[in-house]
Amino acid sequence: MSETALQSQTEMTVSNDAIIQMINVHKWFGQFHVLKDINLTVNKGERIVICGPSGSGKSTLIRCLNRLEEHQKGQIIIEGTELTGDLKHVEQIRREVGMVFQHFNLFPHLTVLENLALAPIWVRKMPRAESEELAMKYLTRVKIPEQAAKYPGQLSGGQQQRVAIARSLCMNPKVMLFDEPTSALDPEMISEVLDVMVNLAESGMTMICVTHEMGFARKIANQVIFMDEGEIIEVNDPENFFNNPQSDRTKLFLSQILAH
Amino acid sequence: MTMEQKTYEVGAHPDLEPPITTVGVIGWVRANLVSTPFNAILTIVSLYLIYISVVPFIEWAFIDAIWEGSSDAVCRNENGGPKPVACWVYIDVWFKFIMYGRYPVEELWRINLAYIIALAAAVPLFIPGFKYKHWIGVFLLFVYPVIAYFLFVGDSFGLPQVETPLWGGMFLTLVIAISGIVASLPIGIVLALGRRSDMPIVKAICIGFIEFWRGIPLITVLFMSSVMFPLFMPEGMNFDKLIRALIGVMLFSSAYMAEVVRGGLQAIPKGQYEAAQSLGLSYWKMMGLIILPQALKLVIPGIVNTFIGLFKDTTLVLIIGLFDLLGAVQATFTNPKWGGFHTTGYVFAAFVFWVFCFSMSRYSQHLEKKLHTGH
Repeated sequence: MSETALQSQTEMTVSNDAIIQMINVHKWFGQFHVLKDINLTVNKGERIVICGPSGSGKSTLIRCLNRLEEHQKGQIIIEGTELTGDLKHVEQIRREVGMVFQHFNLFPHLTVLENLALAPIWVRKMPRAESEELAMKYLTRVKIPEQAAKYPGQLSGGQQQRVAIARSLCMNPKVMLFDEPTSALDPEMISEVLDVMVNLAESGMTMICVTHEMGFARKIANQVIFMDEGEIIEVNDPENFFNNPQSDRTKLFLSQILAH
Repeated sequence: MTMEQKTYEVGAHPDLEPPITTVGVIGWVRANLVSTPFNAILTIVSLYLIYISVVPFIEWAFIDAIWEGSSDAVCRNENGGPKPVACWVYIDVWFKFIMYGRYPVEELWRINLAYIIALAAAVPLFIPGFKYKHWIGVFLLFVYPVIAYFLFVGDSFGLPQVETPLWGGMFLTLVIAISGIVASLPIGIVLALGRRSDMPIVKAICIGFIEFWRGIPLITVLFMSSVMFPLFMPEGMNFDKLIRALIGVMLFSSAYMAEVVRGGLQAIPKGQYEAAQSLGLSYWKMMGLIILPQALKLVIPGIVNTFIGLFKDTTLVLIIGLFDLLGAVQATFTNPKWGGFHTTGYVFAAFVFWVFCFSMSRYSQHLEKKLHTGH
């Protein structure tokens, strides 16, 4: 895909209610140039799926959005606040940006309910009773209210990931980031997590998902981004992305993952 | 031998009882004591070793021991030498000295009162589901030391002053050990966090502190605090010797604690930090709510190990002229009337130390079990 075509793609989505803007973002791990000139604008309500071969920088990209990774060049603006070294800004942005990890990262020493209520209590300063009510509401939404008193170690992988999603939702985020949420799950548990994510998308949540679940991408994404070697190679709507990919690298990637 | 092999239809196999020789007492003995000829021999040898060591000890300490009497004569044979059995009369006579040192007898109620307050406050901590545990914790950590200080030292509230050189025995051991234990955990945690900090100066200071105190023997620390330190102080300025030793013990054990805690911190996966950060928790909330509770739980055995080591190391204060439990026992040996009962004295001192250390060990195992959440 040519330079101008890429720009026209990104320009198309720029609007006043942009939640996330990445402008000429670069990142290095030591000498290794892992993100190269990333430009991305995400508007409210968009569902973006990022895919690409491993090591392409897709996880790093979304981890930059809540500063789990630091970018070294360019601008990342979230809800009008630029991500810089300023800790106040970083914590403010993290409150508004939820993240779901590949390995769930639930807090094993706390019960499911405590996992969910922790951030509302300590970050949002919400009274305990109210936070637990909120926690139960989201546990019900991910369909496991009966597990509230258990510890994460007693749940299946799929249940743990649904708890992790609910934990993020309890902070009432404006954007949800998903970093390969189904990659660590046994196959029979993937659909229960995807169901929750589809449900979330349908409720109007702004989502950015790094995933290899192409069925999911087809179903809910409004844009699919293909990354390789630290660059955004192609941005396309799912219909065209799967049926009419523009770049040779995208074609090769799709042929590899859809071969079976 | 033919085994009766019943057959069942596929899919309808019921749960059967396990063979009789693999369960119950017989199963346990077979599996653990006589599983092979070599194991059987080991079992017999072990039983024999237990027999030849435990039986004479029980005879010495209980059956033949001298329990009653009021003077050393009951424990001596015709020639005036000590009888080769435990002389508990000796412990009875010296009990107050071994427990309290030279603390004035009419003031002992102050120490006992402090013990009673501590025990009364600690009992509810062991009651599962007791609601106000954190308030008891606050009391024990912040209020109690103040109460204990005024009780022990006196010189206010109408209590006569008791100077620290009179303190001794198990009382002194507890003062030093508990001060060290209570101070070392928080200081150690701060040092461990500092050592893992991104800030180079903080990190360097913490590493320097930890490596300095870990690198010198406790005896040196005590000796420096007692002999060298006053030389550097301005004329007329004089810290209490016990305070100096206490500070030395606290800093020394903090350095050890810091490394134990650091081990725990390193075992916490990066994902826990990331999850906490992504929820917007600040550094101190992340550490206090997510990382430290898990890290400290992981290193409970190491922490208690350090506590036990510290408890026993308090005996070293003898070299700077403080008479702890062991020092008090040894001091009784020099009494001309009661000479010759070393064994009884040492066995008793060992027993008291063992009771404390074993209790700590058991409590730590209880904590580990209680805090286990199945991951």
